[in-house]
Amino acid sequence: MKPMFEKGGRFHALHSVFDGFYTFLYTPNETSSSGVHIHDSNDSKRTMITVVLALLPCCLFGMWNVGYQHHLATGECAGFLSQFFFGLWAVLPQILTAYIVGLGIEFIVAQLRGHEIQEGFLVSGILIPMICPVSTPCWMLAVAVAFAVIFAKEVFGGTGYNFLNVALVTRAFLFFAYPSKMSGDSVFVSLGDAAPVDGYSGATPLGQLATATPDNIQILGVNGTPVDFMDIFWGMIPGSWGETSTFCILIGAVILLATGMASWKIMLSALVGGIGMACLGHAVGNPTYPVSMIDPLEQLCLGGFMFAIVFMATDPVTSCRTETGKWIYGFLIGVLAMTIRFYNTGYPEGAMLAVLLMNCFAPLIDWCVVNSNIRRRMKRLAV
Amino acid sequence: MAREINIKKGLDIPLAGKAEGKPESINAGLIGICPDDFPGYTWKCDVKPGDVVAKGSPLFHAKEAEKIKLVSPVAGTVEEIRRGERRHILAVTVKPGGDDVVRFESKDLAEKLKLSGLWAMMRQRPYDVVPGEEAAPRDIFVAAFDSSPLAGNVIPTHIAEYLELGLEGLKSLTKGAVYLAVRPGQGLRTKVAKVIDVNGPHPAGNPSVHIAAVAPINKGETVWTVDAGTVARIGMLIKKGYCDYRAEVAVTGPAAQKPKKVVTEIGASLTDILKGELKEGESLRVIAGNVLTGIKVDPTSGFLRFPYRQITIIEEGDKADEFMGWASMNPDKFSIKRTFPAFLKGLQRPFNFDARIKGGHRAMILSGELDKVFPFDIYPEYLIKAMQAGDFDRMEKLGIYEIAPEDFALPEFVDTSKQELQKLTRESLERLRKDS
Repeated sequence: MKPMFEKGGRFHALHSVFDGFYTFLYTPNETSSSGVHIHDSNDSKRTMITVVLALLPCCLFGMWNVGYQHHLATGECAGFLSQFFFGLWAVLPQILTAYIVGLGIEFIVAQLRGHEIQEGFLVSGILIPMICPVSTPCWMLAVAVAFAVIFAKEVFGGTGYNFLNVALVTRAFLFFAYPSKMSGDSVFVSLGDAAPVDGYSGATPLGQLATATPDNIQILGVNGTPVDFMDIFWGMIPGSWGETSTFCILIGAVILLATGMASWKIMLSALVGGIGMACLGHAVGNPTYPVSMIDPLEQLCLGGFMFAIVFMATDPVTSCRTETGKWIYGFLIGVLAMTIRFYNTGYPEGAMLAVLLMNCFAPLIDWCVVNSNIRRRMKRLAV
Repeated sequence: MAREINIKKGLDIPLAGKAEGKPESINAGLIGICPDDFPGYTWKCDVKPGDVVAKGSPLFHAKEAEKIKLVSPVAGTVEEIRRGERRHILAVTVKPGGDDVVRFESKDLAEKLKLSGLWAMMRQRPYDVVPGEEAAPRDIFVAAFDSSPLAGNVIPTHIAEYLELGLEGLKSLTKGAVYLAVRPGQGLRTKVAKVIDVNGPHPAGNPSVHIAAVAPINKGETVWTVDAGTVARIGMLIKKGYCDYRAEVAVTGPAAQKPKKVVTEIGASLTDILKGELKEGESLRVIAGNVLTGIKVDPTSGFLRFPYRQITIIEEGDKADEFMGWASMNPDKFSIKRTFPAFLKGLQRPFNFDARIKGGHRAMILSGELDKVFPFDIYPEYLIKAMQAGDFDRMEKLGIYEIAPEDFALPEFVDTSKQELQKLTRESLERLRKDS
């Protein structure tokens, strides 16, 4: 079959697509033609798959939580499996839409450029639905994915050349283009046709806090009962479906750090920045901004903060590439995410905007770090 | 008091097939000298097939500096001038016979070195080329050990006694210092040169590492790098007026039937060295040199190549495409990243590598992975980008003068994006050199 797609073959026009599938199934036997004769086994496919693996706990938990929140909201009783499958059916169309649209564009661009298909979207494709509300319509997702893949990645040259995180650009596009479908209290819980129980509120904890009065800061679950810290830590709260469980995010972080696929410096410095800001907000306790007043530990586990610092900030292509830069970059993401969350009541969560903003500043930070190296070299010359 | 350098960033690739034991002596049936091994000059052939040459007779001279020669390491008859595309000379072959030896009587050591072919075995930084004719190096760095995978001795045992004399000779060629980089356990000490004890993994033996630690090269400065084997040859030349061109070669690698050490002439034909080493019917890759910087050669018609120290044999690995190789959990697949389970059983045990690149060529994705095996005060990713963009000014600023292509060998090995970094560095240095 292979020769049909090679030069002169009948289907040569589709060779990129064929190569994409072929190299997925088989690692080619291409041997080195210059330089080193042996290579490390790691390649970009293995790298991306490892990140997808790290996302799996969050993804599976998220599916279950979609079902759990549904049944909590409607008061129905259901077993673990039926909750999981409810969630699976609810989010599967989103996952498929993201992959089909995103990979479709990647395939077309690879074919136009005559390149091999690049694997970057394997990760973005699963990330995108996970950071969206469960009720996001597929057509909206398709439009946003197409926008992000084309304008945030392909126009810059494809995977490895983009300066903004593709998944976050998708989310930002949705957030600004269809705000009514991206926030509020009716998008984060999938009710289906069922009627909610009395006292139902579909708002996320951060959504509730943004509108809370200072003397009544309390987080309620979808059925109106108070939520404690452990519920928040395990992730049994409404939110963008893949990012609620701090526990599963931590499993992902362990996988990423153990395999060396993400920078611990970025994660740590972002965490330090986030905790620092959360403590500061808590200490100042300004009643105009009720979100800032809650316990710092709870603060970290709410919203998309942990998910953003583990999976988004550490994207090697869009983060700082110098080691010194990574400390600064991570720290500022932590500080900015919390600052936006606390003091900009227009946005209940700031992690997405903080990462995107720092994506823009990452090249500048790196430029300064690299320039200090250049200055050192020039100084040596002058002596 | 020796100076000590501790290298932390680096990697000793645990390749199987180390050569042990005493070297056996092999007389080469054919010798080939390849001018491409000596970058920096255009080499003009001085002989034609049938010419009788003595040991030390010139086979080539540099077009830009007539006195700099490449010489025949044996007495014999010129057999063939092998040419490639556009009549480019690939090698001049000499069939050994006779024992005429050229004596180099000049009082000027530099001239002696140029005429005896030893000048061409030195390298000049920046650019990593054969030193210029009138060059006055700031310092000379001698490496007495090779840290690359499965490397053997740098100083052939039979001429080791001349090292001190050679160092003295080198001292007369520079106003600066001569540095001798050794492994602490090697027991090499000298009063002539400043000794540097180097600890740590490869690239601990690369001269760039020693230069960077002692006195980095600045724009406008030249530094020479020489291996201690060549220095011993220089010592012999000074003492006796003629040169010994035999080399100690380690025949190594996971696909070598019986790894061994041999003493033979430089440029010896591989058929002589590899007798009984290659498994029949296997698709093998024979590398003249080590797996990181060596040259792929044909085992039936190829020769031992500069720096004339090592042959490595590995499997080509091109028989079939591997089914879902990216998902492999095989613990014998080496990776310094922990995405493969090899680390669970330890990464120090010998591994069997083949020549596959094990992935597709991509743009740079992961950050910081090259830095881990690049022990310089240089940002490799930024230098690579400057080289890819052909930005001379930025390359200079980012420190290209401080490195040689071999320093990008380990980054090339670990690179997830499988970029051809040594080729890029060589091309960039060449362009810079031509531009200057």
